[in-house]
Amino acid sequence: MSVALDAARPTLLPWRWLLRKKLALVALLFIVVVYMAGLLAPWVAPYSFREADFQNVLAGPSLEHPLGTDRLGRDVLSRLIWSAQTTVIVSVAALLLGGTVLGVGLGLTAGYFGGRVDNLIMRLGDALFSLPDILVLLIITATVRSRVVDLFRHLEGWTGIGGIVESGAPDYILVFSALSLFSWVGMARIIRSQVLALREREFVLAARAIGVGSWRIMWRHLLPNVSPILVVAATQILGAAAGMEVVLSFLGIGIQPPHPSFGSMIFDAAGPRNMLAHPNLIFAPVAVVASLLVAFAFLGDALNDILSPRRR
Amino acid sequence: MAGGQLWGYILGRLLWVPIILLAVSLATFALGRFGPGDPVRVLAGQRADPETIERIRQERGLDDNFFAQYARYLKGIFQGDLGVSFKYYGLPVTEVILPRLWVTFQYNFVAILLMFAVGIPIGVWAATQQGTWRDPLVMGTLLVLAALPAVVLVPFLQYLFALRLGWLPTGGWEVREFFGRLEVGLFSKTIVMPLLTLGLPGAAGLARLARAQALEVLGEDYVRTARAKGLKEFTVITRHVMRNIMLPIATLMGFALAALLSGSIILETLLGIPGIGSYAFEAVFARDYDGIMALALIGSTAFILANLVTDIAYAFIDPRVRLAGRTEA
Repeated sequence: MSVALDAARPTLLPWRWLLRKKLALVALLFIVVVYMAGLLAPWVAPYSFREADFQNVLAGPSLEHPLGTDRLGRDVLSRLIWSAQTTVIVSVAALLLGGTVLGVGLGLTAGYFGGRVDNLIMRLGDALFSLPDILVLLIITATVRSRVVDLFRHLEGWTGIGGIVESGAPDYILVFSALSLFSWVGMARIIRSQVLALREREFVLAARAIGVGSWRIMWRHLLPNVSPILVVAATQILGAAAGMEVVLSFLGIGIQPPHPSFGSMIFDAAGPRNMLAHPNLIFAPVAVVASLLVAFAFLGDALNDILSPRRR
Repeated sequence: MAGGQLWGYILGRLLWVPIILLAVSLATFALGRFGPGDPVRVLAGQRADPETIERIRQERGLDDNFFAQYARYLKGIFQGDLGVSFKYYGLPVTEVILPRLWVTFQYNFVAILLMFAVGIPIGVWAATQQGTWRDPLVMGTLLVLAALPAVVLVPFLQYLFALRLGWLPTGGWEVREFFGRLEVGLFSKTIVMPLLTLGLPGAAGLARLARAQALEVLGEDYVRTARAKGLKEFTVITRHVMRNIMLPIATLMGFALAALLSGSIILETLLGIPGIGSYAFEAVFARDYDGIMALALIGSTAFILANLVTDIAYAFIDPRVRLAGRTEA
């Protein structure tokens, strides 16, 4: 859905509107809690994500382990919190790289310059959009992984900094880069269509008439005018990237063990027999992922309403 | 004049199809060839002797240079040859994929029909209830459903319907034979789980879209006129509102069919359904190059065709679309 920008609309800040929508506010709060838990994982989580307690394997909920332990005796609650950290890293990085750098950059460029540049960028987007996304992510992450890991091994040997591969950084970089490849297209399309509408407006003509350069016009005049839509598109990208990371890790091509992800937690606990014996193991991550994605949906929906008053 | 423009538009769109497909095939081909992991080793097993490996390499032409391999592959496509599967030793990819495509197609097709049959009436009904408590309640519920991916939905459904209530099998795919060879899975309980997993979020998303469209149509003058001349509300909805929201929504049908590959990968892996989704998963890990490429090509061709048919249908019906190209150029 393209969002119509009305110049005559009184400029109410999005968060003022958000206050009126209680459900969206709850959704936003939940997202903030999950993201804060992820950011503060080293301090908030009671145990480390790899701390195995073999005396206490597959334990039910107790005071020491509120959500029980998994088959290696690792605390489920702690692993959830560390998985939230994975979600934070991957989704924010995908937003910054794919949504902001690529999406806004290419969208502005395509809309402002038009013609051949526009055609090239948008056709590239069409081509990416026409691919079955999960299959391509599957191929990319499955084929490129060991090369990326090798690259980082070389880097470690070269710079003398140890522990990069050990920290799982290559996986994170691989996953968010691959997600960025897809997440820029939607953003670029929205930005482009807005810029096309704004390009011929008087303030842009005036700026051009007094000799302002193209990049400055884009940065100072066009970008601020499309920024409300940026907020909506950004929530969508965050939610989509968070969901996609879960899927990739579930399929075993995202974040690799021992580093935790909601996806690999679900995979480990899936299967009828496991589910029946230890429902807490599967429903803990499933509940968090479901709530997070639903929260993103509600927030996005509310923001969309706020920014396009016509459909309210 | 107008007719000429329309054909020009269609021709312009058509010209892009082979270019995009060529780019897609080259990209997947390159990823497969340059990616690590040797399919021959996967195929021959850990303890294969070097001679066997060398023989398989030569048989498959894996020692030729990259462009020679790519050219050979392209030539094969035009002869209906998508290559040979590494995973299922010796079988042509077409023979591996076609039966699986049939499985995936069956439950997707029924799911899409159900989505439209259930989603659109709910959406239009919600639009007529705007302003009451029912509209936000239904829309909120639908938003929740639409947001749930298969990874989350399948474990939940399995636990509830298979393990707790025992109504459904936890997965798999049962078939019945018709005319001795046609295997149909439509009449087995195993189809219910994929239908629910695809149908719930799908119908929910569709209902939300139908509501948005219906709200716009409900505000049109001709709806007011229809009401003013005393038509029954039911007639207004079915004859005037439904008809006008069908076009933008029907075009989604193509995309829904085309997007089936992506959705089926997770669904089939979770439920153990022998369709193209689970094959895609196996193929990537077995480095089954030709299989992967065939899937990528099938997926993107379907999507591009859906896109094309949609755009052309729009151009036929709505003259503004084809005129827009003129003013921009």
